[in-house]
Amino acid sequence: MAQVKVTIDGITLEVPKEYTVLEAAQKANIDIPTLCYLNLHETSMKSNKASCRVCVVEVEGRRNLAPACVTPITEGMVIKTNTMRVLKARKKIVELLLSDHPKDCLVCTKAGDCELQNLVEKFGIRNSSEINKGEQSTYPIDQSYSLIRDMDKCVMCRRCETMCNQVQSVGALAGVERGFKAIVGTAFNKPIMETVCTHCGQCVAVCPTGALTERENIDEVVKAIANPHKKVIVQVAPAVRVALGEDFDYPAGSIVTGKMVAALKQIGFDYVFDTDFAADVTIMEEGAELVSRIEKVLKRETDVKLPILTSCCPAWVNFYETQFTDLLDLPSTARSPQQIFGAIAKSYFSEKMNIPKEDMVVVSVMPCLAKKYEVERPEFNHDVDISISTRELARLIKQMNINFESLKEAEFDRPLGESSGAGIIFGTTGGVIEAAVRTAYEKITGESLEKIDFYELRGFEGVRTATVKAGDLEINIGIAHGLKNARMIMDEIRAGNPRNLHAIEVMACPGGCIGGAGQPYHHGDGEILQKRRQALYKDDVANEIRKSHENSEVIALYDTYLKTPISEKAHALLHTYYKAQERI
Amino acid sequence: MGCEGCTNQLTESLYKKLEQFIDELPEKEGALIAVLHKAQSIFGHLPAEVQQFVAQKLNVPVAQVYGVVSFYSFFTMTPKGKNPISVCLGTACYVRGSDKVLQAFKEELGIEIGETTKDGLFSLDALRCVGACGLAPVVMIGDKVYGKITSKEQVKSILNEYR
Repeated sequence: MAQVKVTIDGITLEVPKEYTVLEAAQKANIDIPTLCYLNLHETSMKSNKASCRVCVVEVEGRRNLAPACVTPITEGMVIKTNTMRVLKARKKIVELLLSDHPKDCLVCTKAGDCELQNLVEKFGIRNSSEINKGEQSTYPIDQSYSLIRDMDKCVMCRRCETMCNQVQSVGALAGVERGFKAIVGTAFNKPIMETVCTHCGQCVAVCPTGALTERENIDEVVKAIANPHKKVIVQVAPAVRVALGEDFDYPAGSIVTGKMVAALKQIGFDYVFDTDFAADVTIMEEGAELVSRIEKVLKRETDVKLPILTSCCPAWVNFYETQFTDLLDLPSTARSPQQIFGAIAKSYFSEKMNIPKEDMVVVSVMPCLAKKYEVERPEFNHDVDISISTRELARLIKQMNINFESLKEAEFDRPLGESSGAGIIFGTTGGVIEAAVRTAYEKITGESLEKIDFYELRGFEGVRTATVKAGDLEINIGIAHGLKNARMIMDEIRAGNPRNLHAIEVMACPGGCIGGAGQPYHHGDGEILQKRRQALYKDDVANEIRKSHENSEVIALYDTYLKTPISEKAHALLHTYYKAQERI
Repeated sequence: MGCEGCTNQLTESLYKKLEQFIDELPEKEGALIAVLHKAQSIFGHLPAEVQQFVAQKLNVPVAQVYGVVSFYSFFTMTPKGKNPISVCLGTACYVRGSDKVLQAFKEELGIEIGETTKDGLFSLDALRCVGACGLAPVVMIGDKVYGKITSKEQVKSILNEYR
């Protein structure tokens, strides 16, 4: 790679000639502040609209200040990032942004995580008269079951627009209007619920301010726990335990399962269960469906089709119900682990424990915002009553005066707390299909699987394919994370499936659930996602049981209640249907 | 009433015309603005349905189409009135008080710039210079130019010509 020499704040260094001033400065350990810029390395999320101008620097020989995030470096360039002129300019820029920004920071959901507020603090902006002059734009608050759009707080960084269009290819958001009235909006300013939004919430994950936030459901949980007539049951998704620690200052990738369970018990949940259990059940159902579909296709029966698509991810379900309405016979009919858990809790568990389901409140803790949408789907009859995110759980723990770090580790309750390593890796891209293969392999061959780790299914590229051998059968597998990658693979299927894929796993969020929109904010640090991912694989290996069908409580569930996977009872409880959604 | 069928037929032929234009484009990528120009010339304005049609044909999100339509003042989502009024706000007209003329039209018609009266008779727009600065302040209604408008009474009497 060709190198060029640049001097930044007196430090001379050589950097690849494709670098921007910002990247060169990062190499020199100089922290140029940014606001609109976001580069989530190893994903396709890169937004550099240079719209905020916070990163301006002085370049010798140039009259105007240059935005570091988009200015390419040249040989011999001399850059100054901390001159009086630069400091004054960027302070003024933030003051101007604040002049059209609500000043209710004390009660803003984003407080503590707001990148705009961090800049105010960093730049030492103290003059409130400067930020209180000028016109204030106001827009009505728009909300879905998952997220809240408060466009008064939008700074037009357009990260959400990049995410929604370039990374997710959803196209619900776009810059509309111009000048002072300009905003990131929806088609014809329709409520977000009427648009093609999948509620993946990735716009929330990248929004620097409180313009896009999750719809909080903490109060409903507190109310349920305070009600003596209710048995409150909680399930926790796999990706939560490898991220929750970050909100208590643990390094990224810390596995805090034991403390998390202890905290949930201290909060007052009557039963603390594991969504991993339901993930194992999902594999029993989805795996059986996969094997049955493959067998039928091999026998040339025409009532089923391949590839089978995973259906665990609620944003992905919303995506194909709006964008691939001609292919609704492909996804597995298995419900997501969250809903499978809800259905089992309010049938099997309710009967077993003799707790009427009317007296039960099922809460889920999810790394996800689309799960909030999923619990409201009418076909699921509120099997899961309330869904909160990883971030909300952290807030709830703090509200309950619990000192997280000092908690003594506790274990999940039985029976719905037992899980396999296969259930754990559900939280990362490639994990669901690897879990399915571990079970399908044994069902197809009748042999015990010795080599449990399918490294060929792991990785971080947006679209991956691999062929797994199960006896004489070769199963071609596709994996996509991020909805634009999912679209690419679906376009291929629509065009006749030239690579003859048999099974496809899709997770809507970059990295899978570990990068879910309900997780502690990554603030553009892609390394955090990698560490969470590694933690899940580590947790899988640490588990004695690593195949879903070897989970003893799952075996008991089938023996005593469901009989076999895809039995009539299993179908009624654990499967669903899809319908085309007309949205704009 | 009673002519719903013929309106539908008419609309259908307009969509056909637009579709033909799009299908004949050598390259669809980057053609959004050109297509919207064409669509507005065919339909007179760009209602939501037309934008959805364009989005579908060009394979871009409707939100993006709406983004472009709402960005450029040339594009409009409201149908123009039978008599479109354009008040010149160019330099010469402005220094001679065309802002007050505009205000008079707004008050007289009860509409803002870019809107159309309920009876569909008038729509109001502002433009920059029609090249008749000697007549400043200038107003155009359809193709007809009115010059040296200085009073509310003049505005009223001009409007009455069309009522």
